Amino acid sequence: MSTDNTPPDSTDRMPASADPAQAAQKSSRRDFLKAGGMLSLSSLMGTAALMAQTDEAKATVEWAEHFQKNYRLMTDDEKNEARIRLERRHSAEYGKKVTVDTSAAQPGVLMGYALNIRKCIGCRRCVKACVEENNQSRGTRPGERIEWIQVLRMERGEFSQEKMNQGYPEGLGIQVGGNAYTPAGQVLEGQYHYTPEAVPEKDATYMPIACMQCEKPPCVKVCPVRTTYREADGPVVIDYNWCIGCRMCMSACPYWARRMNVAKPVLPKDEMNPVTHYLGNRPRMRGVVEKCHWCLQRTRQGRYPACVEVCPVGARKFGNLLDPESEVSLILARKNVFRLKAELNTFPKFFYFYD
Amino acid sequence: MRLISFANDYVRYVLRGSTKFYAWMGFLSVLIVGMMYVFYLQNTEGLIVTGMTSQIHDGLYFANLVFLVGVAAGAVTIVFPAYVYHHDGMHKVTVLGEMLAITAVIMVMMFVFAHMGRPDRLWHMIPPWGIYSFSAMLGWDVLVLNGYLFLNIACGFYYLWAKYTGTKVNNRIFMPLVYISIVWALSIHTVTAFLISTMPSRPMWFHSMMPIRFITTAFAAGPALIILIFLIIRKNTKFWIEDSAINLLSTIVSWCLGLAIFLTMSEIVVELYARTEHANGLYYLMFGLHGLTSLVPWFWSSMALMLTSFVLFLIPSVRTNYKRLPILCVMAFTGIWIEKGMGLIVPGFVPTPIGEVTEYYPTFVEWLMTAGIWAFGFFILTILLKGAIGILQGEISYGSSQAASAE
Repeated sequence: MSTDNTPPDSTDRMPASADPAQAAQKSSRRDFLKAGGMLSLSSLMGTAALMAQTDEAKATVEWAEHFQKNYRLMTDDEKNEARIRLERRHSAEYGKKVTVDTSAAQPGVLMGYALNIRKCIGCRRCVKACVEENNQSRGTRPGERIEWIQVLRMERGEFSQEKMNQGYPEGLGIQVGGNAYTPAGQVLEGQYHYTPEAVPEKDATYMPIACMQCEKPPCVKVCPVRTTYREADGPVVIDYNWCIGCRMCMSACPYWARRMNVAKPVLPKDEMNPVTHYLGNRPRMRGVVEKCHWCLQRTRQGRYPACVEVCPVGARKFGNLLDPESEVSLILARKNVFRLKAELNTFPKFFYFYD
Repeated sequence: MRLISFANDYVRYVLRGSTKFYAWMGFLSVLIVGMMYVFYLQNTEGLIVTGMTSQIHDGLYFANLVFLVGVAAGAVTIVFPAYVYHHDGMHKVTVLGEMLAITAVIMVMMFVFAHMGRPDRLWHMIPPWGIYSFSAMLGWDVLVLNGYLFLNIACGFYYLWAKYTGTKVNNRIFMPLVYISIVWALSIHTVTAFLISTMPSRPMWFHSMMPIRFITTAFAAGPALIILIFLIIRKNTKFWIEDSAINLLSTIVSWCLGLAIFLTMSEIVVELYARTEHANGLYYLMFGLHGLTSLVPWFWSSMALMLTSFVLFLIPSVRTNYKRLPILCVMAFTGIWIEKGMGLIVPGFVPTPIGEVTEYYPTFVEWLMTAGIWAFGFFILTILLKGAIGILQGEISYGSSQAASAE
């Protein structure tokens, strides 16, 4: 991923230049004092560090970051200050020009996603593309590798003729007065760690899942600090700087869409994607929760999410639900569509369909 | 002025003690230092040093948190008989119950700190700097817990203050606070139950029986611990706790333990009769799932402990024998600690909402942190109880200190 990917119109929309070098110049003493206005101590340290331009600058930026407000309550000025702080810190940390987009939801847009389960071949290119696009942790210790998409591999033979006559899996209770066959053994519902020679496999079907971007998200309701919320154009996002890591949202999510950064995310400099969004794929810190946000850094600029772009069979569709002519709207109107776990009344904007 | 001498006398009295006292406090301090080290480790390395994962992300800390809220609420089993039924034996020791409640709530808060991914950001929950969310059960839990802490500090120390200065307790202020704290005790455990029972994504927890089950287990484990503490106080101090108080507490433990076992049985019947996928968590706990069985011994040992202690509690000759009673109390306490802790929290995450079955093994870091927080709890409990007993015994009072300073 190179910086050339920045869409040409993004600079027009953004209030200030995305160039961190310029940003550093623009961020004058007065601006910085305003940014750290909550605590005069942090502001003073910030000023000192800006003048000194040493390694301490990074520490000071983090210090100021620590006392910033919840993103939703920031004024435009404060958002801009936060953006500049992040751009400076990340540019220094990853040794390249990192941009942090803060563009907001556009009126008349409600993002929607549709996935053709009949077409999915289980190649998991979406999983890989997602990790690369969204700066997930890719360490090797348990819990250090984070993937937002799971492609569940389902055994096709589960409903085969032989199995139909074998009873139900072990451990599912005793059925008196019904069948009393020898149990067939428990079958996993779906496996997302699989290493086939080639895809699609003959004996498998695939069910990709990720955050469903619910209309009524249980995760948002349980958040004690309101750091996770639904954006006006649909996606449920997280202000990583405000998250306290209580993990209530992870318990509440019925789709297992949320991940915890149990350590500082492992993100090699050369693999880091420098085109980021504040509520999206900017590098996360230790101890916070993260999840799919439909590639806000792309979709707010009129592009497709990485998983949609990479899908080799066109199983993934994305568009504006408020536009009756969009691909997603047409699918909802014409195909056989269902939502996952619809009985929980979460009203996902992620739909499954088949031809 | 009197306040300064109160603090002064209190601290001086508490610091003085026998070798046994210093050895006990020293032992606890070692564990506390260990806890501080692993807390540092957790907040530099991250939660990766614990056994928690994105699959099972609440573990030993959350389990202890839930359990200790119950212990805090359990203090009401002293306050309620004392002020509503005017039980004389209980009335004498109410303050001790309040001291236990204060300790338990402080321990809960320490477990919250241990549990958080970013404890440095907890101020985000506190207005005006942070945001208070009325829709989040965790927000409500923090609110009721802090309220309970305040009520118990107010009631407990106001009473001690009155004893110290020799003034009369102003019942027009004191009694309303006591009655509020009784109801409030129920609220802390109800809200904690709602914390986990309001999430349909976790079918193991998603039932309306949770609050009453929490309260019955709390009113069994809480008094069981209180009995133990009372027996230790009787043995080691000059403060005499009436038999009637201890007997009433052991009756309460018997009743509530019976109810708790009944509710567990009901859950097992309801879940395993139909044996839907939603019973997978309970099935994992009782028998294991896909060959993963790490919680099975926990569950059955907890059942054995609870059932045996319940049967023994029912026998009056055992219940009133103060040599045997501590054993029963330890059994009931441990049984509930397992059932409500590891046995309730962990299977909620097995299998995950997408059907993944994983196991959770607490690491050494988690065990040390847990031991350290319990040690810290006993540390402050020792101080609080010692001070309270000193005042109740009349060993510290306003007049005596004046005389002492005059000498």
